[in-house]
Amino acid sequence: MDTWNYIEYGAWGLSALFGLLIVIDWIKIDTTYSEEALTSSREGELEAMTEKHRLEG
Amino acid sequence: MAHSEDVDHTAHGQSMGLLRVLGPAHVWALGVGIVLVGEYMGWNFAVGKGGAYAALIACWFAGILYSCVAMIDSEVTSTVAAAGGQYTQAKHIIGPLMAFNVGLYLVFAYTMLEAGNAITLGFLVDTVAAMTGHEGGLDQRPFIVLAIMFLAWLNYRGVLATLTFNLVITAFAFTAIIVMFLATSPLLGAGEMLHKDLMSGQASLPYGWLGILAAMHFGLWYYLGIEGTTQAAEEVRSPARSLPFGTLAGIMTLLIAATLTWYVCSGLLPWEYLGDGVNGAVAPLFSAAQISGSNALVWLLGIGTLFATLASANGCINDASRAWFSMGRDHYLPAWFGAVHPVYRTPYRAIIFLVPIALIFALGAPLDQVITFSILSGLLGYTFMPINMIMFRKKWPLDTIKRGYEHPLHPLPAISLMALCAVTYFAVFLGYGTQLIAMIGFYIVVSLWFHFWRYRFVKRADQFTMPWPRPRGY
Repeated sequence: MDTWNYIEYGAWGLSALFGLLIVIDWIKIDTTYSEEALTSSREGELEAMTEKHRLEG
Repeated sequence: MAHSEDVDHTAHGQSMGLLRVLGPAHVWALGVGIVLVGEYMGWNFAVGKGGAYAALIACWFAGILYSCVAMIDSEVTSTVAAAGGQYTQAKHIIGPLMAFNVGLYLVFAYTMLEAGNAITLGFLVDTVAAMTGHEGGLDQRPFIVLAIMFLAWLNYRGVLATLTFNLVITAFAFTAIIVMFLATSPLLGAGEMLHKDLMSGQASLPYGWLGILAAMHFGLWYYLGIEGTTQAAEEVRSPARSLPFGTLAGIMTLLIAATLTWYVCSGLLPWEYLGDGVNGAVAPLFSAAQISGSNALVWLLGIGTLFATLASANGCINDASRAWFSMGRDHYLPAWFGAVHPVYRTPYRAIIFLVPIALIFALGAPLDQVITFSILSGLLGYTFMPINMIMFRKKWPLDTIKRGYEHPLHPLPAISLMALCAVTYFAVFLGYGTQLIAMIGFYIVVSLWFHFWRYRFVKRADQFTMPWPRPRGY
């Protein structure tokens, strides 16, 4: 068993860590915020607002 | 603090959208970052198909094709400042069925490319291990999985950090190509180039003109993915300026990098070795650095290869997730995918959903099949672009919508793009006819599913949000 074998184990460990960080945060966010809030993004909203300001201005 | 502000925003009826934090340099890094790995490996299969001259001709013809792609994309996307890129363009300009197909082309092209990059990264680590004396071969799987998980985590955490990371590693990889050229060419270096000896006689065009045609398939590899800059449209501070600037600077960078790469590699490596990307020059720039005899160049190009691979996978995760997110937001897919992370402001569910798909292909499918699926999906997307452009100019002429960039000589770039796509289809058919037919069959089946089932869930009025005038003739 040489250094590269330890690096292999390290890579598995880091992969699991990044996976866990994502999953834990995902669960936290999905249980904290409502589905309505999370999916409230609308395409072109900024442009629509700019247009509105221009018309109002 | 940001957390509570976001809660307040939604409580007061404001939505949580993606953040506008990117500049033109990030757009450049996204486009060039996805592509530059093609200079480090892959393009040299074109040499195997038709020799070094054929690869150069394919490089420049594909360069024309992608210049058309970049110009067309720059004009349209400077007016459609929303995530989804070509999917969103298709939705506004052509119609829902085209948009659904284009969205799938994008997701498959980028996810397959991400898987291909991860496989390559595993191979690179294995090569480094062998070079440092490790015997018995390395288990590549942990490195493949790590690359995908790390980059998914980075993308999950925020777009600014993700694309700043891409900017740094892409700039490094591009600089490495320039240094390699300067160090080996007669301009500053020792002038070790052997083009005259390596490309004369039978070696000039070993398979004649048919070889040039066949080389077009892999000629795409020099530039495949530059169109991905449009996916940043909803996250750049000034879409009308940044997107055309970043995209056009990106294609110029790639034209330079592709030509220099060809010059260096074909001047140092015999075409038989260079053209064999499996048992010969797997990473041709790295092989050329080894031939040069300079340890510094070997390290530089080795790290450059690694960075180019990472940058490509990183950009692919960014782009595939934006396309998937946009389709979810419009209910073309379940609306669940249209969620935005309230703190990091990323399409986090789309990012998470695509991770296992990338892992399955990276760990379970052969590299050439994964890459071919990516190229074919990309090619279908390029075929849509000229149709899109012609309809865009017809429905919304120049005096009806202000563009951030107006591409010159319309409709010549659109017609050229269509003609070059036809040539490339034929070239792909020569080598991968079965896959091409199978994939078109797949897209026909999913189109039927969308038309007869899924479209009933789409909120028809909600999906057209751009403040555009009515199209001419309607």
